[in-house]
Amino acid sequence: MAEELPGTNVAAETAGGDACPAAGRPLLRIEGVAKTFGTFRAVDGVSLDIKAGEFFALLGPSGCGKTTLLRMLAGLEAPDEGRILLGGKDIAQALPHERPINMMFQNYALFPHLSVRDNIAFGLKRAGMPRADIATRVAEMVALVKLEGLEKRKPDQLSGGQRQRVALARALARRPQLLLLDEPLAALDKKLRENTQAELMELQRRLGMTFIIVTHDQEEAMTMASRIGVMKSGRLAQVASPRELYEAPRSRWIAEFVGDVNLFDGESKLRDGRRLVIGTPDAGALVVAEPREAVGTGKLAVAIRPEKVKLSRRGPVSEAGRETAINALDGVIADICYLGGTTTYKVKLDTGGMLQASVANSARLDVDAYSLNQQVVAWFTPDDCVVLQS
Amino acid sequence: MRKVSRLSRFNIASLALGLAFLYLPILILVLYSFNASRLVTVWGGWSLRWYHELFNDRAMIEAAWMSLRVAVASATIATLLGTLAAVALSRGERFRGRTLFSGMLYAPLVMPEVITGLSLLLLFVALNAERGFWTVTIAHTTLTMCFVTVVVQSRLGSLDRSLEEAAMDLGCNPVGAFVAVTLPLIAPAIVAGWMLAFTLSLDDLVIASFTTGPGSATLPIRIYSEVRLGVKPEINAICTLVIALIAVVIVIASLASKLSSSQGESAAPL
Amino acid sequence: MSSRRIFAKPARFAAIAPYVWMVLFFLVPFGFVLKISLSQTAIAQPPYEPVFDLTAGWDALKAAFAALSVDNFKLLVSDDIYVFAYVRSLTVALTATALLLLIGYPIAYGMARLPQRWQAVAMVLVIVPFWTSFLIRIYAWINILQHDGLLNQVLLALHLVSQPVVWLSTDTAMYIGIVYSYLPFMILPLYATLAKMEPVLEEAAADLGAPPWRVFWLVTFPLSLPGVGAGVLLCFIPIVGEFVIPDLLAGSNALMIGQTLWLEFFTNKDWPVASAAAIVLLVVLLVPLLLYERLQKRQLEQGR
Repeated sequence: MAEELPGTNVAAETAGGDACPAAGRPLLRIEGVAKTFGTFRAVDGVSLDIKAGEFFALLGPSGCGKTTLLRMLAGLEAPDEGRILLGGKDIAQALPHERPINMMFQNYALFPHLSVRDNIAFGLKRAGMPRADIATRVAEMVALVKLEGLEKRKPDQLSGGQRQRVALARALARRPQLLLLDEPLAALDKKLRENTQAELMELQRRLGMTFIIVTHDQEEAMTMASRIGVMKSGRLAQVASPRELYEAPRSRWIAEFVGDVNLFDGESKLRDGRRLVIGTPDAGALVVAEPREAVGTGKLAVAIRPEKVKLSRRGPVSEAGRETAINALDGVIADICYLGGTTTYKVKLDTGGMLQASVANSARLDVDAYSLNQQVVAWFTPDDCVVLQS
Repeated sequence: MRKVSRLSRFNIASLALGLAFLYLPILILVLYSFNASRLVTVWGGWSLRWYHELFNDRAMIEAAWMSLRVAVASATIATLLGTLAAVALSRGERFRGRTLFSGMLYAPLVMPEVITGLSLLLLFVALNAERGFWTVTIAHTTLTMCFVTVVVQSRLGSLDRSLEEAAMDLGCNPVGAFVAVTLPLIAPAIVAGWMLAFTLSLDDLVIASFTTGPGSATLPIRIYSEVRLGVKPEINAICTLVIALIAVVIVIASLASKLSSSQGESAAPL
Repeated sequence: MSSRRIFAKPARFAAIAPYVWMVLFFLVPFGFVLKISLSQTAIAQPPYEPVFDLTAGWDALKAAFAALSVDNFKLLVSDDIYVFAYVRSLTVALTATALLLLIGYPIAYGMARLPQRWQAVAMVLVIVPFWTSFLIRIYAWINILQHDGLLNQVLLALHLVSQPVVWLSTDTAMYIGIVYSYLPFMILPLYATLAKMEPVLEEAAADLGAPPWRVFWLVTFPLSLPGVGAGVLLCFIPIVGEFVIPDLLAGSNALMIGQTLWLEFFTNKDWPVASAAAIVLLVVLLVPLLLYERLQKRQLEQGR
């Protein structure tokens, strides 16, 4: 069962493994992949390109199909439709052991009857690597995940964090073209999670490998990934960088799923140069910047992130600010939520709606803090909001 | 998860009484095998006299040897076939004839032994097979196979499937994954199954009676014929020896199954 | 292919060897039992006729077929001994199963409420007698129940009786023997079900105002019914066909069907009648057998 491991040739030890990685050609291309379980369409026509060397996240609520998609990449499920092209070759129907892809399982799936060393060496033995080389590679992996001294232990003698490292080392040992991670941080507590996030990112950068991670935690996705694919009901809703996803969500659902957002439904009233005026029943007339993609007439929604909303007692300070068409809304503080680094104020607008404003507590002794039922002006510029199809 | 025992006095009483009921007769038997006096009413002091008489009883010794050979042979074949059956039932999903297959496998568990014994004998007669060691072995294998299947199948069912998936992800084909990962993890269950088949074969009277031939009596058959004639202290001795042998087997089996249950269990609700 | 299907294909091949074995040594023999049950007894080797000799040609086979008859079955139905034996077997099995349930349930319940680590010990303790030779255990009871055996000694010593009581060769001794031998078969399935039950359910019932016996009757018992079903069937079916225990412990005036079968076969050398009796016994047990298969299938496949 000997096979040529990608990357065993030192000279060609780049991520991607292709003999001649064509510039611009994606490492992995998913074309129209679909999977049905009984009558339930878990993955519904997903197409996606993954570039070599990137850290990609599949993000979505449970049941959205992200894990099924990941398993299809690993070969643990076979798609009913579509193709999966790795380096130009369709691997959609290939069995797991025939793919140069490895997976880090959510529950780690460490072999309980084998030591740490044998777990890591498992895949190498299957590839027919000579014993001396296996020993070298295992030592390399152990050093990489900082598990020196624990090689002889069995999985039940390790802590959760240590087991995770073994799972990672085992998956990386064969130098796969692609590493899949299934909710790798789900079982860890907060502090450990943050440390591990940083380590995973460092590792990926150092090795230059391509990682695809599946997670339901948007903070995790935003922290680690360079590009995020948001999935909903088996479809890709948006594929974008974290910043673009947060600041320019493509739909109402995405805006709500990623972070907190204020949404006001309304209709387009008039167009004034590069600005639109949207009339909303809850917040009055709002001036928004014209979106990059044209939105039709009909029901629209205006989205403003809470941290873009500024509060002051009497409206924006300079007269100059007033001229550049700022949205200034009057209201009263209805709720205060102190979160340590920030405070979230819920403002009941005079026009009837509720607006969330997130203010950084940038000074320790905050003389400008607001109190309940205080009259305030909440304001934001047209560029601070996004228009979405409702 | 249980944190505090919720035992009531009734629970403890029923447990204690139940266990006493189960063990007392055996303990009495063992005790009396060392009784120097032949009479049950008199305790004549400790003695190994009945063990001496036992070792001089050729027929008994031969029957014991026969039983041992049959037990080892039938347990081994039964374990092999039973494990294969467990794999097929536990991993094979749906296949044609599955219902018939599992029906046939589990029937001997409950079928009255007179029926199974009779039917096997009729088969052997029709085939003109010489009845002796092999016919009894075949009969015992048929009887005990399902016990092995039950033990192994239950272990296979609780095994974490993602381990096999991980093995495939790391380069094993399905059979390779089974051999490298699954087999080591169910090995203790297979051993326990063998032990179970062994003791069942050693103990069987009815089926052996039907399927044995002249001159190849098993130990239970001999004990049975002696018991019909009345209680004999020598029987106490052979019984005690058998109990001792089985006790050793059981200790090994429970150690093996303890090993098995601690490794590779999926997070199944208890 | 999903990972389950990937394994399924090679796994099915594993079924071949055991399948062939069971068909040969379990299914096919039943065909013989049926055939012999339709034959006549004969002083010959083998002791029945007609004998299907495949080498004797087609006409011989046809003649042999014609010689088959259901006389044996008619005998079984008409002769009082057999009818009585069947009825007695069913009655004994029902009574014994009821006794087993009454005795086994509290034990299983006690086991299920033990702290976790003690449960494994208790399991081993219950299983050990089961693995200790069945025959030996019956013999142990003969030891105790005989005329000058331990039981009578104790009773006399305690002045509960003035004379040794006859225990052996009575139905009482037989029931003691049956309950003793089959207790693990009742306890283990019950325990398995009771141990899986969440204690929080009983706590919730108590919290809502139910006294302990009501908690048991309304919550615990209904949830343990699968285990009860398994235990009852696991005991009832084999007890109907029991031979050794009634033979050694019960009186010889009333026989169970297992004993009758044995007698016909070994003493009277009447294989055809014995076969017919076996077939009828199978038919009688058909419903409980099918029930058991369904229960077994459901229980084992839940742990897939």
